[in-house]
Amino acid sequence: MKFGVVVFPGSNCDSDAYHVLRDVIGADCEYVWHESRDLSGFDALVLPGGFSYGDYLRCGALARFSPVMDSVYKFVDEGKLVIGICNGFQILLEAGLLPGAMLPNDVLEFRCQWVNLKVENTSTPFTNLYKPGEVIRVPIAHGEGNYYAEPEVLDELERAGRIVFRYVDAYGNPTREANPNGAARNIAGIINEKGNVLGLMPHPERCSESLLGGEDGRRVFLSMIKSLETGAFLSK
Amino acid sequence: MADTSQKAPWREMGLKDSEYELIKERLGREPNYTELGMFAVLWSEHCAYKHSKPLLKTLPTEGPRVLVGPGENAGVVDIGDNLACAFKIESHNHPSAVEPYQGAATGIGGIVRDILAMGARPVILLDSLRFGPPDDPRTRFLFGGVVSGIAGYGNCLGIPTVGGEVFFARPYAGNPLVNVLCAGLMKHEDLHRGGAYGVGNVVMVVGHSTGRDGIHGCTFASDVLGEDSESKRVNVQVGDPFMEKLLIEACLEMMASGAVVGIQDMGAAGLTSSCAETAARAGTGLAIDVGKVPQREGGMNAYEVMLSESQERMLLIVSADKVEEVKRIGAKWGLHAAEIGRVTDSGNLEVFHNGKLEASIPVSLLAMGAPEYTPEAREPEYLKKTRNLRDEDIRAPEFGELKDILLRLLASPNIASKEPVYRQYDYMVRTDTVEGPGKGAAVMRVKGTKKGLVFTTDCNGRLVYLNPAAGAAWAVTEAALNVAVTGARPLAITNCLNFGSPENPEIYWQLKEAVRGMGEACRVLETPVTGGNVSLYNETDDQAIYPTPIVGMLGVLDDIEKRIDPGFKRPGDIIAVLGKVWGDARSLAGSEYLEIAHGMVAGDPREPDLDLARGIIDVLTEGAGEGVFSSAQDISEGGLLVALAECCVHGAEGARGCAVSPKALGCGEREDIRVDGMLFGECNTAAVVSFPADLEEKVSEICKRHNVPLSVIGSVQGSSLAVETCGGLRILEVSVEEILSAYKTGLEKSLKG
Repeated sequence: MKFGVVVFPGSNCDSDAYHVLRDVIGADCEYVWHESRDLSGFDALVLPGGFSYGDYLRCGALARFSPVMDSVYKFVDEGKLVIGICNGFQILLEAGLLPGAMLPNDVLEFRCQWVNLKVENTSTPFTNLYKPGEVIRVPIAHGEGNYYAEPEVLDELERAGRIVFRYVDAYGNPTREANPNGAARNIAGIINEKGNVLGLMPHPERCSESLLGGEDGRRVFLSMIKSLETGAFLSK
Repeated sequence: MADTSQKAPWREMGLKDSEYELIKERLGREPNYTELGMFAVLWSEHCAYKHSKPLLKTLPTEGPRVLVGPGENAGVVDIGDNLACAFKIESHNHPSAVEPYQGAATGIGGIVRDILAMGARPVILLDSLRFGPPDDPRTRFLFGGVVSGIAGYGNCLGIPTVGGEVFFARPYAGNPLVNVLCAGLMKHEDLHRGGAYGVGNVVMVVGHSTGRDGIHGCTFASDVLGEDSESKRVNVQVGDPFMEKLLIEACLEMMASGAVVGIQDMGAAGLTSSCAETAARAGTGLAIDVGKVPQREGGMNAYEVMLSESQERMLLIVSADKVEEVKRIGAKWGLHAAEIGRVTDSGNLEVFHNGKLEASIPVSLLAMGAPEYTPEAREPEYLKKTRNLRDEDIRAPEFGELKDILLRLLASPNIASKEPVYRQYDYMVRTDTVEGPGKGAAVMRVKGTKKGLVFTTDCNGRLVYLNPAAGAAWAVTEAALNVAVTGARPLAITNCLNFGSPENPEIYWQLKEAVRGMGEACRVLETPVTGGNVSLYNETDDQAIYPTPIVGMLGVLDDIEKRIDPGFKRPGDIIAVLGKVWGDARSLAGSEYLEIAHGMVAGDPREPDLDLARGIIDVLTEGAGEGVFSSAQDISEGGLLVALAECCVHGAEGARGCAVSPKALGCGEREDIRVDGMLFGECNTAAVVSFPADLEEKVSEICKRHNVPLSVIGSVQGSSLAVETCGGLRILEVSVEEILSAYKTGLEKSLKG
């Protein structure tokens, strides 16, 4: 089983994801240059955080036109796993692989801090090692993480269990104070209908080692490995 | 006006008449306009250190760990395991004073390229900032712009901003300070130099295209700010962090390919300085054609191309057979990589424009020929007044006032939590940040090793103002203790000397004294100066800034698992002071307490006891290695009481209170001791530690071995900070909630109130 970490010009969390997958978890992992069109051999892709193309125009708006994205669409169609973290989430939204859009944080400032997340759906390839309703601590670092979608879309996401992570307080309540960026319904991460594409603003790769203050994020990657190994929660 | 500039264009460019005469004499002819412009930028104070060089030569620069000292793009220190750390601090004060966002942003860009030029991957940033009073609208504008400029540029680069300082005081109102420290990591064999070696090798420009921005930026940086400074906004460069990110990746790849013989940032004075300095280091010459430099606007002449300070560009010296490889890597990252000339043996920098010779100047004259000045130094008048602070000049506070004073100190923007600032910076990217901003020095792991690297910047300008030699020595000592309280061993420093106009004898005296004090402290603490930057002419309307020699210090933890932090850990732990707390009126000199509670900036700060500081550093590093300390904190702004409050703030759940009595520190024994001196005095060579009661004997042994007094002052307990006099009278009790509230909201309240 093999992970690919896509490198766009301006990606800056690519080496962090690579480090966790290869050095912390021991998975097989390779960088994928954004001009590459060949994704054969990969079982899962990480679209990492950063500022692809400087985030000029709009976050993720230019990266979606990278040559690799044509292959990413096919990769998703084949039911393989794609996780977009932070800028990677923004790219997935711009590419239409996930619904909705990102607005600037309601505080109108960049925010780098630890947040509490509630794992709302543990029946996914990305979260099957968490306990239902578990509250985890994960860092965020973004200027545009204010998730927006039409109310009908949000209702559909709720109904289908596609809201995977929500910003909550220490007790698991999705309060206004616990929401660091104004995201609709405290949404921090969602999956596509098929369940094989996850986008999230928080950085699980930054909390996969105790030395860095927490390891709640590691199970995202371990869940992916477990799904790929057992076929659990994978779409056909 | 037009007349004068036609008659003496050098004056417009910032050169003195005598300097122009010297150029004519050495050149043996009148320089043409392009040549004059090149001299003007390279002979500016910013580039040539005309007023500071003789003083800088007195600083200690060598040590067993120093691989590269001053003179290159950045100092490099051996950190073991075949790894090296390149680090340097640099100012971007003047640009930030007129255009705070771009000024701060391009300040980051410049120092990052300096580190890159050594062959290192830039891995951390710290920012040392000074502003005027927080209630001044101009301060709020500058503060907002600078902080968002740092965030906008640094976050995009993917280099974590892990620390620094923010300090507010009236003398910085017209002239804020923006000093940025960058550090990078490399293997020993990856070290690169900024030399144009090898006659026949190819000169290349990599990165952004060249425009008319920032022409004469460093001349602007070498002048006092005045009413017309706003009009110099055109001198400020504009940053493109995305381009810089690509430039970092491309240059690292080019260096790894073995193609790069020499590499240099094109920062201040752009192409002129990078060409002159690389050739001067190698003792060669360069012949370049500005027509081959990729340009973003049409019709630029040689003068404009040579003086442009367009950002995100590097000069590379490449062996002729590797040019295609460099071009290929440039293309991969979407960057220009253009051949613009060759290394020659002429000893001259020859500038052609589409084949026509526009300038030809001996490299040694351009890069090293600027005159050095040793101006008159005179002890400032104001010291006669400020020095004369007597015991009876400071009203002793009633015990009932102490709580309010402590809460005001904790809420002071100079002491309060800087979270409103650092939460705007990505301080975690690269996943090496073990202790980020907020607690003191930053602690970074080094992947693949057990090591930790520790960084801090420090300088209390108020102390330097009141006694430049002592204040500068304090900056070094505080930085060293800040590093040591993590358990790390201080290794070396980089400095940024921010002062007013050296042509004012009183300011030059400040500079001279500060360099003397800094040199002494660095010698005793064995932390050589590996490089840095001098920023003079920091004044507006005759108001000079507090003299501010910022110290950026690097330390190493052999085992990062053994680090310590300031937070109390367990109820019942013993709290003790390592070193000496004076407790007299003099120890209040230049303190935050004196300014906040008494409205005074006065006193004559004592010099730090450097031998004692050395001992404390030994105790902390040795004790940390043996795992005896639960927590450690240095004593700086706000004194012992604020240090204790911070230990509570950062304390573990259930270990956020303490009860102390300063009895063991000698109160009641000496007549000159005052309660406020004991609690709020800042010039103490001391640190606060906590440890389990059963380890007291062991701690005591370590202290004895290093001749460091150990005074047990209390224990971790309860949920408040309580202080008793030596007679046992409880004179202060503040709940942790009150402490937290003052500390956490202080900065925002002072900026928005």
